[in-house]
Amino acid sequence: MTVGQSVNRKEGRDKVTGAAKYVDDYHFQDIWYGKTVRSTVAHAQITGIEFLAGFDWSTVVLADYRDITSRNIVALIYDDQPLLAESLVRHVYEPILLIAAPTKELAELAAKHVHITYKKLPAVLTIEDSLSAEQKIFGDDNVFKSYTVTRGNVEDAFQSAEVVVEETYHVGHQEQLYIETNGIIATAKSDGTILIQGSMQCPYYVHRAIKELFGLPDEKVVVVQNVTGGGFGGKEEFPSVVAGHAALLAKKCGHPVKIVYERGEDFVASTKRHPAVIRHRTGLTRDGRLIAAEIDLTFDGGAYCTLSPVVLSRGVIHALGPYKCPNIRVTGKVVATNTPPNGAFRGFGVPQACFASEMHMENISRKLDISPVELRRKNMLHQGDYTLTGQQLTYSVGTQQVLDAVLERSDYLARRSHKQPELSNKRYGIGLSFYYHGGGFTGSGEEKIKGQAAVELTAEGTVRILTASTEIGQGTRTIFSQIVAQELGLRPEDVEFEENDTSKVPDSGPTVASRTCMVVGRVVQMAAASLKEEMAKRIASLAQCQASEIQFEGRHLLWQKDGEIISVSFAEAAERCMSRTGFLKTTAQYSSPPGIKWDDVTYSGDAYPVYAYAADVVEVEVDMDTFEVKILKVTTATDVGKAINPTLAEGQIEGGTVQALGYGLFEEVAWKDGKILNNRLTNYIIPTSLDIPDMETVLIENPYPYGPYGAKGIGELPMDGGAPALVAAIADAVGAVVTEIPATPERIMEAMEKLAVEA
Amino acid sequence: MAIKIVVNGQDLEVSVSPMKRLLDVLRQDCYLTGTKEGCGEGECGACSVLVDGEVINSCLVPVCQVEGSEIVTVEGLAENGKLVPVQEAFIKYGAAQCGICIPGMLMAAQALLDSKELSKQTPTRYEIREAIAGNLCRCTGYMKIVDAIEAAALSTLEKK
Repeated sequence: MTVGQSVNRKEGRDKVTGAAKYVDDYHFQDIWYGKTVRSTVAHAQITGIEFLAGFDWSTVVLADYRDITSRNIVALIYDDQPLLAESLVRHVYEPILLIAAPTKELAELAAKHVHITYKKLPAVLTIEDSLSAEQKIFGDDNVFKSYTVTRGNVEDAFQSAEVVVEETYHVGHQEQLYIETNGIIATAKSDGTILIQGSMQCPYYVHRAIKELFGLPDEKVVVVQNVTGGGFGGKEEFPSVVAGHAALLAKKCGHPVKIVYERGEDFVASTKRHPAVIRHRTGLTRDGRLIAAEIDLTFDGGAYCTLSPVVLSRGVIHALGPYKCPNIRVTGKVVATNTPPNGAFRGFGVPQACFASEMHMENISRKLDISPVELRRKNMLHQGDYTLTGQQLTYSVGTQQVLDAVLERSDYLARRSHKQPELSNKRYGIGLSFYYHGGGFTGSGEEKIKGQAAVELTAEGTVRILTASTEIGQGTRTIFSQIVAQELGLRPEDVEFEENDTSKVPDSGPTVASRTCMVVGRVVQMAAASLKEEMAKRIASLAQCQASEIQFEGRHLLWQKDGEIISVSFAEAAERCMSRTGFLKTTAQYSSPPGIKWDDVTYSGDAYPVYAYAADVVEVEVDMDTFEVKILKVTTATDVGKAINPTLAEGQIEGGTVQALGYGLFEEVAWKDGKILNNRLTNYIIPTSLDIPDMETVLIENPYPYGPYGAKGIGELPMDGGAPALVAAIADAVGAVVTEIPATPERIMEAMEKLAVEA
Repeated sequence: MAIKIVVNGQDLEVSVSPMKRLLDVLRQDCYLTGTKEGCGEGECGACSVLVDGEVINSCLVPVCQVEGSEIVTVEGLAENGKLVPVQEAFIKYGAAQCGICIPGMLMAAQALLDSKELSKQTPTRYEIREAIAGNLCRCTGYMKIVDAIEAAALSTLEKK
């Protein structure tokens, strides 16, 4: 078995020797550098662009929207975002003009000699301003998209509720903060082909965006993913912007053009996690059973739609958390503001929804004086139960197991009944969160995408995988090679990869939505199974035996003839299989598990083929003089379905949990007049090794029958539960519940003052 | 201006502006692209290299300041393709995910392993966390990195 083993990362050696080549490590002789000139105001008419004297403008090449030969859009959902602003700017940092120069320094100097004049318009900068619709910046009501999901009879159920708990929760922006900033190199070839290479999650998104900009057919755009230094959703849709800019300049100046953002520019130019205001109103029985719920989510989309409708959709579906409530109405909307567009970020709407729903559980537990554990046990989903979209959970429901495991491993019950040290200004607290995350695209998404992957035999007698699923650190290449090796009786090192190049690999769908292992991994497994079947057939006809008799084991094909075992090496069998045709390649395509039904109109049915479940316990110490929070210990338990590679699975969970703790404790974007005040690592704080204690990570395997070897998607799940567990721990320590993250000392102090006033 | 530096054991003379960042000299003039830029202001540590045995952020140092110094980059860790224990451990313990912080992280780890105090005992996990506190990683949550450095420290001590 190689599946289930922590084999070493496929590209590990390259990454520890400095040999791995990221986009900024490529240099071409005649390369030029691109620079973007951006808006400095939030909402305005552009009245003029002046090119100041004192700079030799003949040394650089300029491009603006008029150079776009087909459609001036960043192709995605609504196509409302221009690649370059025309007469109107809708947010600070919106790209207006591009400059290419033989050196980076010259391009930057040129940019300093551009002066843009504006006629300012009133700007909508907050969710509240957008909802008032006094200034209309999108349609009649500033709403990009809204959803309503209803089950049961909410009004009647509230009438019969013995207790009603109501609270509003706020979450702010979060920056993905991959350590490698965005970067692209574009080359315009003499035959009209545009070649893009760089840092990205989804080569086929970039492919489509470039085709739309220039009106090109599929084959005239080639997109190659380079080794990518982190994505977390931040390189899902955004690289289409950088690639469009670089391509436009490359076409115009006749040189390959490199655009690699510096940190400060990456921070302001790229998408972030949507801020949100989430209101919960919950009706319960006195003993803590949920009987009615109203949840309203409002997300700030920023100036353009990007992926906001899909982000909101996931937030709406996950709004209640993994609990039963027979009468529920969830309403959600995402609104436009004159701030930089928000977009994909690991968790995709769920970290916002989960913070609110889990903090609400904390508030309910306080109001009813029921322990957080008992409240969860009373309301959690079990196999056979229905989610808020009316989906019946029929398999791989690890709710009880993850809760039991995290409580046991953290010794929660004993540690919860702690005593405060009397003479100390430090207080200990322990908090719990319990959550789930749907794997793959929402609703009918996977059916629309129909992701493909292929495997083929190589001339050397090994196997090559062809997929557009990118390796962005999460381990795609390692787990895919394990899956294929397992199918074919090979070792992972016998499996290689075709370059991630849109002219060479099929469209597997994007590398997002926790779908790489669970969905594309399954497709890769199916392609490998077809290859095995085809090889067996061809060898059987040569060996005059039945294909079904041929075993693939230990890098050999084995079968019996006249009572004797005959064995041929895989390499030799591969050579024989290809002797007539010269190649052997099998392709597979995703199809949903049987019985999956989803209704896009009523937003009901099987929202996801399966969910992964987790529970976190976070322990903290709060300084009661300064309200500084020290995280003492973190324990997580996750139902992963099957860990194809336990070390990599733990790596996903630990890394996601730390991002979630950063979201809960420090990470905050500060704004003034639509501008970001802290676009640097000196003032936007992410967790360092000293902010984070050792962690215990428990993996629970509850196989999903339609995932590869039972695996479910867990890429995003660990991003959901860290913040609410942390803030629940703070509440346990100080006695007050913070309803807005990050839980800064100021917010903890405010929550305590509010509690004192109420008392 | 010609400036002499020793990079990964090789004597080099580079003709650059004395104020050029050591990071750019390594990447552009020495063709050693293993050292990365993550922030350009000494916060993230992706550009960490060893200068005369000390970990420094190469984005903050003008090359004239290290004239005559011995510089070690990630490319200089392995000898003739043989990985040093900390590199081996990073692979074995799954310490590298996207990998962009790893060159800098390895240099910080190596400096810890080379430190004199370590000749008698392995560092505590807290000491390891302190040693890499200037190196940001957004993928791993640091657990596997600390595990790897701890294992490398143990195997280094056993060899001594």
